[in-house]
Amino acid sequence: MNNLEKYINAFAESLEVAPDQVPALKYGESDQWDSVGHMSLIAALEDAFDIMIDMDDIIDLSSFEKGKEILGKYDVEL
Amino acid sequence: MFDVNNLPALPVYEWEHGQKHAFLTRELCELTRHHAQSCPEYASILRASGVDVDRVQSYEQLPFLPVRLFKEFSLKSVPDEALHKTMTSSGTTGQQVSRIYLDRETSTLQSKVLSRIVGEFLGKQRLPMIILDTSAVIKNRAMFSARGAGILGFSMFGRDKIYALDENMQLDVEGLKAFLQKHEGEELFLFGFTFMIWQHFCAQLRKSGYRPDLSRGVLIHGGGWKKLADQRITAAQFGQELLETCGLSRVHDYYGMVEQTGTIYMQCECGHLHAPVWSDITIRRPGNFGVAQVGEAGLVQVSSLLARSYPGHILLTEDEGRILGEDDCPCGRKGKYFEILGRIRRAEIRGCSDTYEQK
Repeated sequence: MNNLEKYINAFAESLEVAPDQVPALKYGESDQWDSVGHMSLIAALEDAFDIMIDMDDIIDLSSFEKGKEILGKYDVEL
Repeated sequence: MFDVNNLPALPVYEWEHGQKHAFLTRELCELTRHHAQSCPEYASILRASGVDVDRVQSYEQLPFLPVRLFKEFSLKSVPDEALHKTMTSSGTTGQQVSRIYLDRETSTLQSKVLSRIVGEFLGKQRLPMIILDTSAVIKNRAMFSARGAGILGFSMFGRDKIYALDENMQLDVEGLKAFLQKHEGEELFLFGFTFMIWQHFCAQLRKSGYRPDLSRGVLIHGGGWKKLADQRITAAQFGQELLETCGLSRVHDYYGMVEQTGTIYMQCECGHLHAPVWSDITIRRPGNFGVAQVGEAGLVQVSSLLARSYPGHILLTEDEGRILGEDDCPCGRKGKYFEILGRIRRAEIRGCSDTYEQK
């Protein structure tokens, strides 16, 4: 699995949505990605890439696209 | 108005009276104007108060809303389509709950400010976290309580989280043992609600004889003392019990409410609650609502710059408290420090950890 697949997979599994729906996701705009889902997502991303995300980035990670930008800071290339 | 995006970067506990008072007065006047323009009900209240915002010298002259107003009315300063989530207070059965309407900007601001305040006590690192509550509390999203929201809000500061209690409220001894072994030698973050910690965590530790070593832990707890006060348990007894059952000595209570999420008042090493730069405490005399002196008990008013999508920037609570001093706490933090004495008589009784009903 390449990094982008791992990234999509983390969203799909933690938020329980189909992989093809993942790219359109935004925090707070679906039932799954609420504050509970958000913490599961953070844990899934940390596990998938073996990183620890800073508090500020946890707060800022508000969409699929924004998340890509944030992971870049942790040297994860997507 | 001060650029909202720059608010979270302010120094949490550094400004002394003059600077903080001038800043809060200017910003709270601006917020008052904003809410008067955006919330018709608030505009009526402001008109009825007779206060001319342009002539206000101190934010303490601005009108305050009783917190219970948010139980009776839907007060918001943003159009419905901008609403992001609605927070409800921890009412037990039969009580009305407050409804606080948040847009994305306010909600993000709350998270950022909370992380700045908590960071002052935990440091920047996210520590392995033990939640002193049951995993059942966030399982049912439809029944999401203030307790669940509190746990989630604080979960941001932890990593590799476990719950100390299983879904049946039983102490998860095996889970705790494995967790402590895995994180041996590391600092730990513990979070929970005061009553739950006492009634379920400490009590089961004592009964089971299991004595985990949590001496490297920092505990943050909140939710109020009402239920413990009923059992005549003092803060000192609570602290002693934690020390005896699990070696915890770094324990910080906090005071806060869903009506002003984010700006919590953390208890310092000296046992005092501190106002951060974004908010302040005013004590009012119950008879005439005049501002009380330092040391004088009265009703607690909370003022916060974060209340932007709803007109809850200046609220009179139903709690009784007392200012202990300003800018001179031995812990070194600037700003007002205070204590909460309890709830005023005849007020509805509530508190996050008090909404757990024993079956």
